[in-house]
Amino acid sequence: MTRRARLIFFAVAVAGLAAVLGVGLASLPSFGSQTSAYARMLNEVAPVQRHVTDVVSAINFDYRGIDTLFEEFILLATVAGISVVLRPLSDETRQLPKDKAPDRAIPPPSPAVWLLSVFLSSLLLLVGLETVTHGTLTPGGGFQGGVILASAFYVVYLGTNYRTVERFQPPLLLEAADGVGASGYVFIGLLGLLAGTDFLSNVIGLGAAGNLLSGGTIWALNIVVGAEVAGGFAILASEFLDQTAVIRTRPRSGEHR
Amino acid sequence: MSVLAYGVVAWLFLIGIYGVVTSRNLIHLVVCLSVAQSATDVLLLEIGYRSGGHAPVFVGLPARPGPAVDAVMQALALTDVVVGAAVTALLLALVVQVHKRAGTLDPDELRATRE
Repeated sequence: MTRRARLIFFAVAVAGLAAVLGVGLASLPSFGSQTSAYARMLNEVAPVQRHVTDVVSAINFDYRGIDTLFEEFILLATVAGISVVLRPLSDETRQLPKDKAPDRAIPPPSPAVWLLSVFLSSLLLLVGLETVTHGTLTPGGGFQGGVILASAFYVVYLGTNYRTVERFQPPLLLEAADGVGASGYVFIGLLGLLAGTDFLSNVIGLGAAGNLLSGGTIWALNIVVGAEVAGGFAILASEFLDQTAVIRTRPRSGEHR
Repeated sequence: MSVLAYGVVAWLFLIGIYGVVTSRNLIHLVVCLSVAQSATDVLLLEIGYRSGGHAPVFVGLPARPGPAVDAVMQALALTDVVVGAAVTALLLALVVQVHKRAGTLDPDELRATRE
């Protein structure tokens, strides 16, 4: 199909899509006029029932906790899939680039960059932990905090080099965080069965609303999700980094390309 | 107000698909797809919005806080963001391998490399 034919085909298809989309959007309740009865009810009962102040966390990890279980598995499957897609292929090898000037030492990063990355990575670590642990109280939680924690590793790479960042994030530790985080969600869910009620029931002591340790399993699930997301996103970054840093074509497979 | 709010959703979605269809670079294509996907985030948040509503976080509120916005839609938007990030990452990994195999990122030239 030429570009011109494709554009004509697209114009026809998108006109139909736009019409259907327009009709659908037009029949929605007008913007800002109302919220659903389900949402109004949850806003009423969640702080009382679950002793949390952030209702979004209560919905994600309690009322609709099983959705989040699958969401977490989607993330785990993606990380596993990317590790498979970005593995060294049959004609590739894994080795650090050769130093072309072995008589000269590698220049260290400039003091300004180094200082900034030390400052930023510790700040990100702190904010990440704060976001994960306060998910039941204020906006945030395991997913958001986990991404912030993982970005602390990226900043270490900015300020140093590949070898240092590899030392900071041993693959085994990251994979363990990813796996333990994902399975921890299931184990916390099983606590409900052990207590004689349903899977993912909130059976841990709820604590007082507004305290750090409150919300029962909601708090605990935020922690395991935070570990999984932090590990997963750090693995993602190191897989992409490996592609440019250490994975290269095997020398004698010249006839392939 | 409704027209503007929902118009943004339709615009984001359609312009994202337009980008996917006309893209000449696979990385650009993945970004266009995430533009189209972000339309769903905006739609979810807009459905859940209530005029004069406050965030569904019940701490440090004034004496008469008024209604809260829809927390369910915000929870769904969070799911959407996570899945969107996962899809983008997986597609970019495939793009890396496509570039290594085919030596190009132009979707139109990919067809020419197939024998």
